Amino acid sequence: MSTSGKEPVAVVGVGQTKHVAARHDVSLAGLVREAAARALADAELTWADVDAVVIGKAPDFFEGVMMPELYLADALGAVGKPMLRVHTAGSVGGSTALVAANLVAARVHRTVLTLAFEKQSESNAMWGLSLPIPFQQPLLAGAGGFFAPHVRAYMRRTGAPDAVGSMVAYKDRRNALKNPYAHLHEHDITLEKVQASPMLWDPIRYSETCPSSDGACAMVLTDRAGAARSPKPPAWVHGGAMRSEPTLFAGKDFVSPQAGKDCAADVYRQAGITDPRREIDAVEMYVPFSWYEPMWLENLGFAQEGEGWKMTEAGVTELDGDLPVNPSGGVLSTNPIGASGMIRFAEAALQVRGLAGEHQVPGARRALGHAYGGGAQFFAMWLVGAELPAS
Amino acid sequence: MPRTSRYARDVAVVAFAQSDHLRRTDELSEVEMVMPVLHEVLAATGLKAGEIGFTCSGSSDYLAGRAFSFTMTLDGVGAWPPISESHVEMDGAWALYEAWVKIQTGEADTALVYSYGKSSPGSVRDVLTRQLDPYYLAPLWPDSVALAALQARALIDAGETDEAALAGVAARSRAAAEGNPHAQLRGAVPQGEYQVAPLRTGDCPPIGDGAAAVVLAAGDTARRLCERPAWITGIDHRIEAHGLGLRDLTDSPSTRLAAERAGLFEAPVDTAELHAPFSSQEVVLRKALGLGPGDGDGVAVNPSGGALAANPVMAAGLIRIGEAAARIHRGASDRAVAHATSGPCLQQNLVAVLEGDRA
Repeated sequence: MSTSGKEPVAVVGVGQTKHVAARHDVSLAGLVREAAARALADAELTWADVDAVVIGKAPDFFEGVMMPELYLADALGAVGKPMLRVHTAGSVGGSTALVAANLVAARVHRTVLTLAFEKQSESNAMWGLSLPIPFQQPLLAGAGGFFAPHVRAYMRRTGAPDAVGSMVAYKDRRNALKNPYAHLHEHDITLEKVQASPMLWDPIRYSETCPSSDGACAMVLTDRAGAARSPKPPAWVHGGAMRSEPTLFAGKDFVSPQAGKDCAADVYRQAGITDPRREIDAVEMYVPFSWYEPMWLENLGFAQEGEGWKMTEAGVTELDGDLPVNPSGGVLSTNPIGASGMIRFAEAALQVRGLAGEHQVPGARRALGHAYGGGAQFFAMWLVGAELPAS
Repeated sequence: MPRTSRYARDVAVVAFAQSDHLRRTDELSEVEMVMPVLHEVLAATGLKAGEIGFTCSGSSDYLAGRAFSFTMTLDGVGAWPPISESHVEMDGAWALYEAWVKIQTGEADTALVYSYGKSSPGSVRDVLTRQLDPYYLAPLWPDSVALAALQARALIDAGETDEAALAGVAARSRAAAEGNPHAQLRGAVPQGEYQVAPLRTGDCPPIGDGAAAVVLAAGDTARRLCERPAWITGIDHRIEAHGLGLRDLTDSPSTRLAAERAGLFEAPVDTAELHAPFSSQEVVLRKALGLGPGDGDGVAVNPSGGALAANPVMAAGLIRIGEAAARIHRGASDRAVAHATSGPCLQQNLVAVLEGDRA
């Protein structure tokens, strides 16, 4: 397979809403338009510059609208244009960005608006994620009920001390204070408060879980010529990949799924990364429950198997650490489910554009955006850089 | 090859399979409905799931009645070791489009595309009302037949058709379906009573369950996998405003624009597979695609019977592409157009032009 003919893809616009528990002041259309308009403003482009729209969100049941992109076509300026709707569970925000990037890479379109959203206040995500249907094991009570046993398995396998999960949450919530768009701004957060919060799904505590947010995230992707016209520095896509594996089967490793490893390896290969720990400057990873930071550090190749928690414990993943993870505050601070993956991708782009504001990692040149979904079975990742990719 | 490609890579449909479309499939889960189709389409190419470069599916959670319904269906693919895979919450025709784009990037040489829908567990007319603007339209529960009737009435009022002509569309579709062993309704079907005037039972699609799958391949891989590949010489899709009051329901500018972008009008076609679930929508689509009003102009319109003979929601559009491709595979067509639609009254439309190598 040849990839040499691909058009380089640049992120020239990023827009987010201020994520909150409930946006009672806007419709679904108002919510998505807000993020899209901000992305266009960042790129200094207009609706007329957009050739196609790629939109993603998690299940339609969260808002109670079947295929809402049909209704949202007008709000997103898509009338007369192509519009695609991606749905790959929790990884959807990342997958959506990758589908949009492929449209540019394939030279099918030159400038593409991509957007992901969730207005979780329209429903109850906890019960939306509990599936009492026949012929399939239920996800118990929400996603936490599904993932808690896998966290437990990680702790048993690696001997990680109990405190690691709380340290991640404390870090991410402090990082969120520097991000004006983050949902949770807990100004009085302390490690002790995280550790004293109620146990929800042992070993996952209340303050180690993501909130339910309303929010949207948008990006403008364009080709080399579009990037040349961009008034602000672009983020270049150096690699992107999706991988999936089945939800349930006897050989599946829920602690470190093979699909995640393969996806990361594909992205590193495309980007020419041989030592991710040294060559990547910032990581926005999908951590809905705090313990997933050490787990994904291993899965993504930043730490040897069993060693991820040591990086967290040593402060490597702090905002001023050697490998900052979730400088934005991450999913633990902001979780409009369908948008959460795209926020990771967009925050990675902001880092290498040098536009991340107070949570900017100084001198970040290469950043990884990561998303996962389903029963830890769908993965989407991209690596963005400040420089035009080599090939 | 008889054409100049407008794209970086030549990509073809090299295999197509579909289920028998049935009014009810209570005994089958969605995975069980999809698996035989996946096995059939892969067997036709000799490829295994693990050898496919990219997999993409189309389906709808609302139709399935549960969130994340596609996660289970993926199990039917045999996604181990992990595969490069994606899903659209749309008809499978758009999953095919995403896969085609992926092949155009050079990151894959082959793709497996599948889609499915079971309408039987609920009332699909009610379910589809949930597609509408949730603040102004959906609370009124206008169903898909009522909205199609509005469109049919606009066509009749504009002098574009009449009830007898619509009955003719239905009769021709179902007669054509006689040669389609997968169709749900075959042979003569009475036009029946009014469902919502001016549409009678015969003007409306049957409600049913079904699945379809296609394999795409690029260049020499396509030639190796298929004796006569159905080359996708053009493909494009466009969406229109959602509000019915903002559109001229007697026309489909999005279909026309997609067809232009796909190069449809550059040469004549001999086959058209149109995703027109209602007889009246065929009238609109024929106009937008520049096809004559009826038989006798040399174009076989819906030789499979079309969506009036089988309309598994979320798969019916992909089936149009598959049926058109299958005619090219067996030498019954040299240049065909396939169309898929989504949304109320033809809001979103995809057009693909397929061509076979000429001797």
